[in-house]
Amino acid sequence: MSRNETDKTKETILEIKDLKVIYQTDAEVIEAVNHIDLNILRGRTLGLVGETGAGKTTTALSILRLLPEMTGKIRGGSIFFEGHNLLEVDENWMRALRGNAISMVFQDPMSSLNPVLTIGEQISEVIRLHEPDLPRREVEEKVDSTLNLVGIPASRKAEYPHQFSGGMKQRVVIAMAICCEPALLIADEPTTALDVTIQAQVLAMMSDLKHRLGTSMLMITHDLGIVAQTCDDVAVMYAGEIIEAGTVEDIFLNEQHHPYTTGLFQSIPDINKKSDRLKPIPGLMADPANLPKGCAFAPRCGQCREICTKEHPVLTAWGTHQLRCHLFASSEKEQERGAE
Amino acid sequence: MERAGKTPILKTEALEKLFKLKGGSKLYAVDKINLEIYPGETLGVVGESGCGKSTLGRTILKLLEPTGGKIYFDGQDITDYSPRAMRALRRDMQIVFQDPYSSIDPRKSVIETIAEYMFIHKVYKSKRETFEKAAELMEQVGLAQRFANSYPHELDGGRRQRIGIARAMSLNPRFIVCDEPVSALDVSIQAQILNLLMDLQDQFGLSYMFVTHDLSVVKHISDSIMVMYLGKCVEYAESEELFLHPVHPYTKALLSAIPRADLKYRGTPAQLIQGEVTSPIDVKPGCRFARRCPLCTDECSTKTPEWREISPGHFAACFCI
Repeated sequence: MSRNETDKTKETILEIKDLKVIYQTDAEVIEAVNHIDLNILRGRTLGLVGETGAGKTTTALSILRLLPEMTGKIRGGSIFFEGHNLLEVDENWMRALRGNAISMVFQDPMSSLNPVLTIGEQISEVIRLHEPDLPRREVEEKVDSTLNLVGIPASRKAEYPHQFSGGMKQRVVIAMAICCEPALLIADEPTTALDVTIQAQVLAMMSDLKHRLGTSMLMITHDLGIVAQTCDDVAVMYAGEIIEAGTVEDIFLNEQHHPYTTGLFQSIPDINKKSDRLKPIPGLMADPANLPKGCAFAPRCGQCREICTKEHPVLTAWGTHQLRCHLFASSEKEQERGAE
Repeated sequence: MERAGKTPILKTEALEKLFKLKGGSKLYAVDKINLEIYPGETLGVVGESGCGKSTLGRTILKLLEPTGGKIYFDGQDITDYSPRAMRALRRDMQIVFQDPYSSIDPRKSVIETIAEYMFIHKVYKSKRETFEKAAELMEQVGLAQRFANSYPHELDGGRRQRIGIARAMSLNPRFIVCDEPVSALDVSIQAQILNLLMDLQDQFGLSYMFVTHDLSVVKHISDSIMVMYLGKCVEYAESEELFLHPVHPYTKALLSAIPRADLKYRGTPAQLIQGEVTSPIDVKPGCRFARRCPLCTDECSTKTPEWREISPGHFAACFCI
């Protein structure tokens, strides 16, 4: 696979179409991702927001085809990356791709490093795997320069993971992910395990790297603050579906939102205001093994109407802003009528 | 921090928790902390991992023996209480732990876990009454009855944390140490739990010590806030005041490091503080924040800054203010 063939004029780097993923166990079928469409544009960061169980990580694992072998099954759709459908290429091709053109940073840096290898060995492993002909000295040079990029002195490369703090470990994991200069970096809650001052350092480093290497990013997070500060585009996931998507301005500045997005915003305590009580979303996330008919959010929605429990809402779009809600589907029709 | 005419429900004087390590090293996890919590109020304790905030919570409840200083609960000195005397007091002072995975017995069902404390303290005469109360508590914390006979491994982190809260509430305590009770939860669930804790406070006049690393949460729930760094308290003020006029450089750094869910702040670089929390073992004299502090002077690395009142009710320990 040659990455030089990429067409620079093509805007979309990764295109997910109608992806459906299930987890099948003896007891039940869990519908983790339900027909989602996602586009990641070159050089931009897409924030995938949602709560636990929304299907964010499943989506990321599907891109890399790393779903648990026995249970996770992709039941349709396509994922196009640089002209290839990742769901159809063979495993060798995927192996060449992982860590090279697409790499991933996992949430917990403590468990994603090998405790018995030095961090230098772990980073060089990635390079040697993808560039087997590179002389040893150059591999080491590359390790040094990558470590410098993530803000770790190269002199520490002979140390073991336990000698690093959480923030430093996450930098090592990021170094492993970027050492082959991936076209797409998937970051799955990269700072959730870190302290707030360290999180600020790591986020600043990541956006600096993004500008320097021109990497596109899929940032998976539950923190709307991180989205506002680092992402260009946003997709909000709920119960395996994308219920709202758009640019970061669409999500943070537009007035119209999916009731779930509104609920998410009202759930965060606002530092600038003194409020007595938060307005949480009532109830719990829909059980993905037993999704309701119609809109999956309907049982928790304050604006639920009859149609919501019967019909699955379609996607309504205004320019870049997309919403999957009956409230707006009808208002658009009215708007159209008004225009006529 | 004195307030005339009121007895604080909990008060510490120069509370200290020293861990002696191998080779004679010393780790002051809690270093001369003075605090007061008044009935019906919430004290928020913020700081990064390793600053001693959880140790402080546990030392206050005497789950860890303090190595110096005094603890007063409702006016009485409980520092030297025996474990037996403490057990009786546990009805009044409870804790909700941080990690819902390890703080719950995996071999007990949900209802058994919640009922456990009530059995230990023999609150009700009959088993049935106890389980009825436990079921009521499940309702209160938003756990569906169908989970009563489930085991913790069948539940997600959020539901497990609800078990922990129900268990702490089961003895009708007056004071609860909440040790990062919402950090394992999703935002929409976190908001439910915060509201629940505030409702319980209004309903029963509870006092909380709310330990967290999340500043927006602490602002929301606390009446006053204490900022800790490496075992020391660096700043204390009323919640509003602290957020409006932070004076200590560490507090300022913490506040600016929060990613705000607002595009206004986009592109304005946070005032990053360099490095990471230094080792708390055998700390040298001087301000503990000095090595990361942008305002550090010679004085800071040799002398320990004194605790002083900056404005009424607002305390800080720093030379540069």
